[in-house]
Amino acid sequence: MSDTTPKKAPFSMQIDPALFEPATAEEKKQQEVMSESTTFLKDSMKKLMRNPLAVFSIVVLAFILIVIIVAPLVVPYGYSEILKYNGMKDKTAMNLAPFQYSANEQKYMAENGVTLFPHIFGTDELSRDYFIRVVYGTRVSLAVGFFASLIVLVIGVLYGSISGYCGGRVDLIMMRIVDVIYSLPDMLVIILLSVVLKELLDGSKGIIARLGTNMVSIFIVFGMLYWVGMARLVRGQILSVKENEYVLAAKSIGTSSPRIIRRHILPNCLSVIIITTALQIPSAIFTESFLSFIGLGVAAPMPSLGSLANAARQGMQSYPYKLMFPALMICLIVLALNLLGDGLRDALDPKLRK
Amino acid sequence: MSDTKPLVDVRDLKEYFPIHTGWGRTLPLKAVDGVSFTIKPGETLGLVGESGCGKTTVGRTLLHLYKPTGGEFYFDGELVTEKNMPSLRKQMQMVFQDPYSSLNPRMTVEDIIGEPLDVHHLYSGRAERREKILSLMETVGLNAEHATRYAHEFSGGQRQRIGIARALAVNPRFIVCDEPVSALDVSIQAQVVNMFEDLREKLGVAYLFIAHDLLIVHHISDRIAVMYLGRIVEIADANELNNNPIHPYSISLLSAVPIPDPRIARSKQRIIPEGEIPSPLHKPSGCAFRTRCPYATERCAAECPELTERSDGHLVACFNK
Repeated sequence: MSDTTPKKAPFSMQIDPALFEPATAEEKKQQEVMSESTTFLKDSMKKLMRNPLAVFSIVVLAFILIVIIVAPLVVPYGYSEILKYNGMKDKTAMNLAPFQYSANEQKYMAENGVTLFPHIFGTDELSRDYFIRVVYGTRVSLAVGFFASLIVLVIGVLYGSISGYCGGRVDLIMMRIVDVIYSLPDMLVIILLSVVLKELLDGSKGIIARLGTNMVSIFIVFGMLYWVGMARLVRGQILSVKENEYVLAAKSIGTSSPRIIRRHILPNCLSVIIITTALQIPSAIFTESFLSFIGLGVAAPMPSLGSLANAARQGMQSYPYKLMFPALMICLIVLALNLLGDGLRDALDPKLRK
Repeated sequence: MSDTKPLVDVRDLKEYFPIHTGWGRTLPLKAVDGVSFTIKPGETLGLVGESGCGKTTVGRTLLHLYKPTGGEFYFDGELVTEKNMPSLRKQMQMVFQDPYSSLNPRMTVEDIIGEPLDVHHLYSGRAERREKILSLMETVGLNAEHATRYAHEFSGGQRQRIGIARALAVNPRFIVCDEPVSALDVSIQAQVVNMFEDLREKLGVAYLFIAHDLLIVHHISDRIAVMYLGRIVEIADANELNNNPIHPYSISLLSAVPIPDPRIARSKQRIIPEGEIPSPLHKPSGCAFRTRCPYATERCAAECPELTERSDGHLVACFNK
């Protein structure tokens, strides 16, 4: 023991410095190893790609998207086109099974020596190609799901974050409005709104007319009704996040309120917002199906997955596969979106970085 | 130093929180009830007291994180109001208690330290911003390679350094340190406290150092104020307070300081005040400490003692000692 070390009293708990030995260079190096730096987005994407379920759902969604974009260009049938033979309705083409040709078509192919494009999913009771109807139905349902969720997201996040951040009287009034909207029977309001909006939007021109008034009215109905759930959720999340000291720290720096919401509070609510939006899409698809079912959804020849399933219900005994195709499509979309939402939530949380 | 103008001059600061007791009725919780003190440029005032006595509230109210209920706060001779607070934030900063919740988990260290620079537009280009952040990181002893990492990748001590670098970014003249070391290990505490001292020497900042650990406060502070239930009961030079405490509460507080030598510790008697700290919602009348004070008289219940000067710069609020 050198002279510089303090005198050790007998029975004292003081540790003898002579027992320590300096760390070797290798041991020191072990302490310094930390993960490499990457940007937030790159990092999240890398993590998302490591999640097999998320990758699976991305592949499924991408496949569905490609099919609904490409199929109408390839398949020579229209979604409202009734199969004809010699200018007359082909009565033998009703309710064909998948990949089956009608008697008239078989005769035509034998006469001319050509092969017609097969009816991949068969035909419906009005002699229309069922595959192209399912494709268009998926288009409609997905469009309704995405745009409705987008509207819900924007309104809900804006409203909820203002209410949660301001707190006090502002919060009280804003949340009572939400409570009122929440307490309305939503199906009744949806039905009333879609009737009224149909009247209002009919005869309008431009983008609305091109999209179809029914579609637009469905977007608006969703936007007006379902943002309340999102607003409540975001508000609750913000109430808990804003209690963190980093919000206080930002305030003491002099950060403005919009910047605090944007930079500190919302990113920390992101996981909840993402998962809710991902779940909102299937719920919108379901509601659209219901509306189509009661005749307030998309207008008659335009199919949606809901109206297809409804139509198939009547002939379920004889043609069960007709219910299966749209139902399977809904299942696939909903499942993939849920899994993707889950994966995104995990990927966007930097605390889970390994 | 005693004749220089005070940088921070707090007069009769009050902060009451409304507590809702149901059915629309509210009671004021007097978290800070008439606190006055001054801090000179480059000086450190330690603020000690037990949990819930309003130490943190004093610090936060000074920075207008809570709207003050009453009292005046002069910064460098200028009355601080709602209006000039935004510009004064460049001169007053805060280091927070919990290094785990005071850093945004979704921001990189670079962005955390760079935020004050962004908010006050203290740079002209990306390169200058980066340069400033790196020099700040160097000041607090962080490596440049840490810049792109997230806060959760650091240890408590490193996180606190990030918090300190953020406070230093605007070149403040006054920093409120709200128990900056109480969440850290003892070995890290020493590092961080020494860093505070170095920074004071290098940059000349003044601190309001809030803590409940008397040893650390004594180590870093020039003067110490002892708080009890929203009021300051004694202010003195650090050594003076340590050697010659007058207020009965300060005496009992100092007797609780652990002594590293068990033989001396055994011979020393700990003075434990009777009973529990009263609820700040229902404070005793007069002197708040009288319910636990061995010297309490009827006068203590009737009126509240003011701070009076006992010797040079040693102020005590007690009738009987």
